[in-house]
Amino acid sequence: MNNPQLNKNGELQHLLTTEGLPARILRDILDKASEFVSIAEGREIKKVPLLHGKSVFNIFFESSTRTRTTFEIAAKRLSADVVNLNIGSSSTNKGETLLDTVDNLCAMHADMFVVRHSSSGAAHLIAQHVAPEIHVINAGDGRHAHPTQALLDMYTIRQYKKEFHNLRVAIVGDVLHSRVARSQIHALTTLGVPEVRVVGPKTLLPTQVEKLGVQVYHDMAQGLKDVDVVMMLRLQNERMQGALLPSAQEYFKYYGLTQERLALAKSDAIVMHPGPMNRGVEIDSSVADGAQSVILPQVTFGIAVRMAVMSMLAGNKQ
Amino acid sequence: MNIHIKNGRLLDPHNKIDGKQDVFIVDKRIAAIGNAPQGFAAEQVIDATGLIVMPGLVDVAARLREPGYEYKATLESEMGAAVAGGVTSLSCPPDTDPPLDEPGLVEMLKHRARSLNQARVFPAGALTYGLKGEELTEMAELTEAGCKVFSQADTPLTDTRVLMRAMQYAATFGYRVWLRPQDAYLAKDGVAHDGEVATRLGLPAIPAVAETTALATMLQLARETGVKLHICRISSAEGVEMVRAAKRQGLAVTCDVSMNHVHLSEMDIGFFDSNCHLVPPLRSLRDRDALRAGLRDGTIDAICSNHSPVDEDAKQLPFAEAEAGATGVELLLPLVLKWAEEDEVPLLQALTLVTINPAKALGVTVGHLSVGAHADLCVFDPAVTWKVEPAALKSQGKNTPFHGYAMQGRVRYTIVEGKVAYSL
Repeated sequence: MNNPQLNKNGELQHLLTTEGLPARILRDILDKASEFVSIAEGREIKKVPLLHGKSVFNIFFESSTRTRTTFEIAAKRLSADVVNLNIGSSSTNKGETLLDTVDNLCAMHADMFVVRHSSSGAAHLIAQHVAPEIHVINAGDGRHAHPTQALLDMYTIRQYKKEFHNLRVAIVGDVLHSRVARSQIHALTTLGVPEVRVVGPKTLLPTQVEKLGVQVYHDMAQGLKDVDVVMMLRLQNERMQGALLPSAQEYFKYYGLTQERLALAKSDAIVMHPGPMNRGVEIDSSVADGAQSVILPQVTFGIAVRMAVMSMLAGNKQ
Repeated sequence: MNIHIKNGRLLDPHNKIDGKQDVFIVDKRIAAIGNAPQGFAAEQVIDATGLIVMPGLVDVAARLREPGYEYKATLESEMGAAVAGGVTSLSCPPDTDPPLDEPGLVEMLKHRARSLNQARVFPAGALTYGLKGEELTEMAELTEAGCKVFSQADTPLTDTRVLMRAMQYAATFGYRVWLRPQDAYLAKDGVAHDGEVATRLGLPAIPAVAETTALATMLQLARETGVKLHICRISSAEGVEMVRAAKRQGLAVTCDVSMNHVHLSEMDIGFFDSNCHLVPPLRSLRDRDALRAGLRDGTIDAICSNHSPVDEDAKQLPFAEAEAGATGVELLLPLVLKWAEEDEVPLLQALTLVTINPAKALGVTVGHLSVGAHADLCVFDPAVTWKVEPAALKSQGKNTPFHGYAMQGRVRYTIVEGKVAYSL
C-alpha cells in the first residue's frame, strides 16, 4: 500500500495524518516552523512571499474558529490568496456531494485545500481525487486525525523539553472521539517518545488502543505519576450525559486536572490543551492559567507550524 | 433441449461424484450420467475437455434491487451477472422498496425473473411488515406466492417478543426463518469492526458482541420454538463457536458466510477504501481464520456472494457515509475455488458450500445432478486465470474490494432448466 501522503520522491505531497510519516519529515516541519517563529518575533513585517500568487481554500464542513483562523493567518503571512468556505451541513442538503464541491473549487484554480470534515477519511478521499499539483491539508476529519494540531503540540514539547527520547507523556480524557489524540500518539511514537500513556474511563478509550503503542491507565493518579508532559483533551458537551459518563461533575472529580493531581507529575511537567477548554470539567482554571501551562504558546506556535506545512507542500511537486 | 456435455470432469457433491463422466440432458432434466439414455439424440454437444462440470451454483444472498432501487441495478443486469458467475439459483433478501411483504410483490418479482429465462429466483419474504419488526407478514400467503424463507434482511428485530412469535408462527407451518444476528443498539452508527483498524482510523465501530448477543437470543428462541433457523452472514470467531456448540447439542440450525469475509479482514480497509464498507463489517484476521475453520469442519453450511450492487456515486463519499455493499455474484465461484486451494480443501467438499448445502437451507430441490433432477449446471475452466476489472463485470454494480485481484477459474457455460443461459 502506497502512503498517499508522499510523492514518488518520498516528500510530503499532502498532510493527512501523522501516522506513517517518517520522523525526518516531522523534524523538518518543526525546524521550518522554528524559522517562522523567529521571523514573527524578530521582524516588523511578518509576511514572506513563499506562497505569493497561490490560492489556498479553507473548506470547513464543520465549524471551527481557532483552527480556521490560524490557517488563514498562516496562509496570509506566506502571501497566499485565501478563500474561506464554511460549508457546514447545508451543502449536502442542497444535494452537492463533497467531491462535487471540490471539483468546483479546483475549477477555480485552487492550489491548496485545507479541509475539515465530520467524517473520518474525508481528507484522504479528497487527496485521492484531486489533480497531482494540488495539495491537501487535513484540518481535522471525524475522529481520525488532526495532524497540524499534533505537530504544533510536538513543537511545543520540543520548545520546552528539547528532546523526545527521554520523555514520559500522558494523554488524558476522551481518546475515543479524539482526532487530536490519535495524531498526537502517532507523532509522539514516531519522534521516539519511549512512554506514551492514555488515561481515561473505559467508555472513553477505544478498543485495542494499546496497539497504537500506548500504555492504558484508568486511574488518574497512576497515569500522571512522574510524567514530563500532560496533554489534556477536550470533553465535548454531548459526551457529558447519556451512557458515556454520568456527569461533568463526576468526570472532573476523577479525571479533571487539578493542582493536586498535577503535583504527581514531574515538578517541571508542562500542561497542554488543544482548546477550546472546558474549565472545571477536564481542567481546573488554576492549572490552565498556572505556571506549568503552555496552552497559549501552543496557539502561537500553531501559526508557525501551519506556515511550515504549507510552504513545504508548495515546494514539493508530484 | 437435448444437450450432451462430453469429456468433462464431473463434480457433484451431493452424489459424491468426481470423475470423467458425460452428462445427458433431455428437455429440462438430467436424463443420464455416464452413458447416453436409449434413443438420445443431442441437439447440442458441449465439449468439456479440460473443463469441470458441476451443478449450477446456489447463492443464498444476491440482491437484485428490484423493486425500488433500479438506479442501483435491475433484474436484467443482475440476472445476467448471476449466470455469468455460474449461479443458477439465488435467493434475494426482502430489503427492496417496498420490502417483499406482500404476495403481489413476490408474484411480480417471480414473474419478471422467469420471463428473463436466467437463474431461478427464490425470494426471501419479509418476516414482518415493512421489516419494521412489529407485525408478522402473511407468511402462508407469501409462501403460496413463492417465498421459500422469511427474513429481516439487515434490519434487526429488536422486539424479542415479536421475534419469538414470528418463530412460533413460522414453526407452525414448518417455514424457515433466516436471520442475521446483530444487536441494533450495540451496532448503532457503526461502520467497521471494533478493533485495531477502526481505532486507528477513528471509524465508529461495531463490536463482535453485537453479533454474539443477538445470536444467543436467536439460538435460545429457536430451541424454545423449534423453528428451522438459518443464521445469515456470520462474521465473528465467537459467533462461529456458538453455532458449532448449538449444532453439537442437536439444534437444527444452519449458517452461511459471505465470500468477502472468507477472504478479507478489517486490514483491507487500508486508507478508508469504501469498497470494504460492508455489512456485516469485515472483522479481524483471527475472526477470518475462525470462519475458515468453521467452513472446513461443517459448522458453516454455505458461502454466499452477499451481492449488493451500489451505484458509483454512493461509494464516492467518506467511508462512513458511503453506502455499504459490494457487487459479487460473478466472483463467487472463483473465490470459493481460491479458498479451497488456500486451505487445501478437496474440491468436492468445497463445492457443497455453493450447491447442495445452500439448496437445503432454502428447502429447494436444486444443487445436484441426480438423474431426473433439474438440468441446472455450471461448466467452468479451472485453468484460466483472469483479473477482476470492474468495468468488465456484468453487474450494474462495479464496486468490489477484489478490484484487480487475480482469479482462477472461469465459467464457460451456464445451463438453467436445460437451456444454455450463458456461454463464454
